[in-house]
Amino acid sequence: MEGIKIGGGVDMINTKDLDPNFKYEVVKEHGGTNIMRCFACGTCTAGCPVRAIDDRYNPRKIIRMVLLGMKERVLKSDFIWLCSTCYTCYDRCPQDVRLSDIMTALKNIAVREGYIHPSFKEQAKLVGTFGRLYEVEDFDNKKRGKMGLPPVKKTFDDVTKIIKDTKLGEMIK
Amino acid sequence: MRYALFLGCTIPVRGQHYELSAREVAKTIGLEFIDLEGFACCGFPVKSISAETAMVFAARNIAIASEKGLDICTLCNACTSVLTEANKELSENRELREKVNDELSKIDKEYKTGVKIKHFARILYEDFGLDKLKEEIKKDLGTLNFSAHYGCHYLRPKELYDGFDDPENPTTLDKIVRVTGANVTDYKNKLQCCGGAILGVEEDISLKMAKEKLDNVTANNIDALVTVCPFCSIMYDDNQRKIESKFNVKYDLPVLYYPQILGLALGLDQKNLGFRLNKVKANKLLEKLETGGMKYDS
Ligand code: SF4
Ligand code: SF4
Repeated sequence: MEGIKIGGGVDMINTKDLDPNFKYEVVKEHGGTNIMRCFACGTCTAGCPVRAIDDRYNPRKIIRMVLLGMKERVLKSDFIWLCSTCYTCYDRCPQDVRLSDIMTALKNIAVREGYIHPSFKEQAKLVGTFGRLYEVEDFDNKKRGKMGLPPVKKTFDDVTKIIKDTKLGEMIK
Repeated sequence: MRYALFLGCTIPVRGQHYELSAREVAKTIGLEFIDLEGFACCGFPVKSISAETAMVFAARNIAIASEKGLDICTLCNACTSVLTEANKELSENRELREKVNDELSKIDKEYKTGVKIKHFARILYEDFGLDKLKEEIKKDLGTLNFSAHYGCHYLRPKELYDGFDDPENPTTLDKIVRVTGANVTDYKNKLQCCGGAILGVEEDISLKMAKEKLDNVTANNIDALVTVCPFCSIMYDDNQRKIESKFNVKYDLPVLYYPQILGLALGLDQKNLGFRLNKVKANKLLEKLETGGMKYDS
């Protein structure tokens, strides 16, 4: 994926690259509502399990970058895809910022702007095509039958129909 | 007690031992599972693409259960959280509900409030109840020692789960394991996330997250790690060999689904609990159970 690597330093900010409206865009997005409540305490970063493994990932800093208007840089970056959605920060944030949902909101905006991590593109294709994360083959149902388990449906016409006009539908065309 | 059984995507193809043991356990203690053909993906895998589309997926599934007047029993933590979240938001937010129902009307479905969604382990703990579960135990697993991994979405966000457990210091899974007579050992950093959600994004970070858990639980002498989510199990069981060779460590730790051990305690035939499908084989533990090794006193 092109773009900046996770958590690259935020030392040089060129103000002409900043989009002061970005934060309002996030506020309007499903899950993004509370972003402006953040007072940068760092509780999220302190308890984040991804951060504990790789300190280039820093949820507090991602929020700061959004509030500063670093739109391109945030949306193009790999790090918005690194949140493991563990909800630790969500439960512990003293300001009820709901950071896990903000990460989802940022990913949703990124997808609409044409940035998507390849692994999620793959998932989207499968779910869009089969209504499931895995393609169920006859072999699977045979195996299930042998174990005494009922067969599972392989495709869902109504799911395909309902996503036709969504971003997901567009992605599987 | 009757529930629509919601399997999600992963369990029917990669977690049949979980499904099989859950069905066997339910049958034995008199919980009725109804299979509804229309259940598709819960929506979790598309949430990163569009939270609203994920909501429509979830609402569609809930609508299918509501047509039959059934509550939903889930087995996967991710399904549990996405369905519960949709249920909460849709029942509280009329505007959102109308928007989602507009979509669902294209396929003649309608989201209605009133369907309850609960994970199987929570149902056993809360609806069936510890006391009744205790009465069902036929075989004491007192020779075995387990540690429990809850998985993030089993507990968090806490606003979804009516306070049935404490997400900072969870105990309910420990309790339903202990009902079998087995010993349960606490361990360092119990809340650690499995990393499953980012396996495809940064395998390295994801495997390191799983490794930490495996390190922490094997610091004690346990017979197996007990889980209630297919993603967590894939990280600890399916990926255990990979983690071992990547980091030059050795665990050889069986990772069992809770219904597999409950099934043993209910006296069910091992063959019907799917042990064949666990990647790290549980043979040693099963032998120990047969020969009745030393009993743990906790
Ligand atoms: S815990 Fe909440 S308020 Fe504190 S930095 Fe993180 S998002 Fe901001
Ligand atoms: S939800 Fe994401 S950002 Fe928050 S603590 Fe978990 S991994 Fe970190």
